[in-house]
Amino acid sequence: MTTLLPNVRTFAANVIPKEEFAVPGHRACTGCAEILAVRLALKGFGRDTIISMATGCMEIVSSPLPTTDWTLPWIHVAFENCAAVASGVESALKILRKKGKIPDKDVHVVAIAGDGGTMDIGLQSLSGALERYHKFTYICLDNEAYMNTGIQRSSGTPFGAMTTTSPPGKNSIGQSTWKKDMPKIAVAHNIPYVATACPSYPFDFLEKIRKAKMVDGPSYIHVLSVCPTGWRTPTDLSIRYGRLAVQTGVFPLYEVEDGKYRLTYNAEPLRPITEYLKGQGRFRHLTPDSIATIQKRITTDWEALKALSDSSAKAI
Amino acid sequence: MIGRRGIEVSLAIAEAAKLCRVEVISAYPITPQTHIVEHLSELVADGDLEASYITVESEHSALSACVGAAATGARTFTSSSSQGLELMHEILFVASGMRLPIVMAAANRALSAPLNIWNDHSDVMAARDTGWIMLFCTNGQEALDSIIIAYKIAEDRRVLMPVMVNIDGFTLTHVVEPVEFPAQETVDAFLPPYSPAYTLHPDKPVTMGAYGIPEIYTECKFAQETAMNNSKEVVIEVLDAFGKQFGRPYKVAETYQLEDADVVFIALGAMNENIMTAIDEMRTEEKKAGLVNLRLYRPFPGEELLALLKGKKRIAVVERVMPGGALNSPLFNEITSLAYRSGLTALIKNYVIALGGRDALQSDFRHIFDDMQQASAKDTRIKKGLNFAMIGVRA
Repeated sequence: MTTLLPNVRTFAANVIPKEEFAVPGHRACTGCAEILAVRLALKGFGRDTIISMATGCMEIVSSPLPTTDWTLPWIHVAFENCAAVASGVESALKILRKKGKIPDKDVHVVAIAGDGGTMDIGLQSLSGALERYHKFTYICLDNEAYMNTGIQRSSGTPFGAMTTTSPPGKNSIGQSTWKKDMPKIAVAHNIPYVATACPSYPFDFLEKIRKAKMVDGPSYIHVLSVCPTGWRTPTDLSIRYGRLAVQTGVFPLYEVEDGKYRLTYNAEPLRPITEYLKGQGRFRHLTPDSIATIQKRITTDWEALKALSDSSAKAI
Repeated sequence: MIGRRGIEVSLAIAEAAKLCRVEVISAYPITPQTHIVEHLSELVADGDLEASYITVESEHSALSACVGAAATGARTFTSSSSQGLELMHEILFVASGMRLPIVMAAANRALSAPLNIWNDHSDVMAARDTGWIMLFCTNGQEALDSIIIAYKIAEDRRVLMPVMVNIDGFTLTHVVEPVEFPAQETVDAFLPPYSPAYTLHPDKPVTMGAYGIPEIYTECKFAQETAMNNSKEVVIEVLDAFGKQFGRPYKVAETYQLEDADVVFIALGAMNENIMTAIDEMRTEEKKAGLVNLRLYRPFPGEELLALLKGKKRIAVVERVMPGGALNSPLFNEITSLAYRSGLTALIKNYVIALGGRDALQSDFRHIFDDMQQASAKDTRIKKGLNFAMIGVRA
């Protein structure tokens, strides 16, 4: 496994598959990093893949009847159940293959949902599917709010952020709670592979997709997807904001193989949080005090993650 | 298991699913459906049934997994009841809208609040317009046969719709009845393997569950409604074919002592057997009661019902669900709509009975008969207050 040679990357620009599985013509916003994440992920999974997608931005921009963005088999059922639908697809593939009713080859099942569809309304169906140990990969495309319905807060919205249901005001700082640690919840299911990723780091992302596909059981990848529309950022800076999220420690890149944590990007020394917050309309109301609060929390969380990663390394 | 034997109806339903060679079962336990899914688990565990059994974490996921499995090309089965059926509600529409031939055994039970695990038709009536074909069963034999019939209807390329087989909770699911089991070969001959036109597979990728913009949504729903309407002919055809092959003919509506009946009862489900017993008793006293037992509820067999009710003078629609703020309970509204539009001049009254597991007594049906005989046109007019008669309620 690549853990023996952690610095060796399987993917480089010239070996990324040229075949497109989410084709041009979709209606994603200008500068959308989420559709970019989908495009990359599918290149990693390849042709023999079935997608179960939750209601949300990616579903809406890709599938208005009678057109489709997908060259892979794709199913959408509802908002909160893409993991349950994936369970059904995976179970059906297994039994139909056993009975010789479909070709005898591996077909990977991938469930894709946004942060709301994963961390809020879809958490139960995801937890059930992970616990039942279906062989599938779940991808959470986290743009940190309900962007499809018009930027309402979710449990993935970061502290202090302005959304249409967490507006800052005389009695409000904006989002008043801290972002739910969803990857940790996935890890708590004792599944073989959990990772965070960001399309700003495409090779890291593709490597994680490759590992997620290989494990014999469920895998979970949490992807930060910069949303210029909801974050109030310039549309040409999505990749940069993704990098800043990683380099400031806001969104560390790591993976958890069989419970062992490993940072896949060493962000130290962390860049100050102000570099990330600056220029994002959703944070522009923040006072120096609240920025200091956020900085403190980010640093603490980073140290905790680093400690986990270090102790895992020692255990190996 | 071939031939006639005494068996709990829940187990007979599970055995029926096995006879249909279901490939994916996805269900969540809820009283009084549990014996069905427990027995299916045993059949899979013992290797008697080659299927994937998904032990989901909720009914919502149970039906969602069925949708995924059916879309992948597997014959799928689920079973639920009451609160579980309500939790599935959202996906009931998706399953029918995506035209997936899922079969569900619904063990009918009352809805909360107050919490009640016993039998009535509140659950199915709240799901009646979800685009599922709906069959009702009177006894154990019908329950077993209806599962086989359900797949045959659902998977017909002219239909492609999910089917709900309604079995009254406890009063039918938990009773031991004599049931005739067909041979596997007979079922196989009647029900060939499921072969869908489109499935989820990378060798022939399709997009399923795309969204409908205003320019196309209406046409999608109209096509679905038309197919639902047309499915009635297929249902009749399948019931006939089943009768020929298995020797047990069924109709969309069965009758009992109807010909010379002065008062006609119309009801759904196992209560029809109680009514038949009451009719036998009343007939010994020259009380001419008759029955229409509605087996197919969706699509609503309007013409067939009309043919049976033509010339009848007094009709008692007996239902196990509250109107919930409507003038009357659902079946009554449909029967009166039928009457209004076809010149049926019968006096039609609405009785609500046996909610949340309360027994429907023989004396209740005698009371309804007497009440119907005394009724005049004045009694059936819309009036202030409740427009239905509540049977067996304490003051």
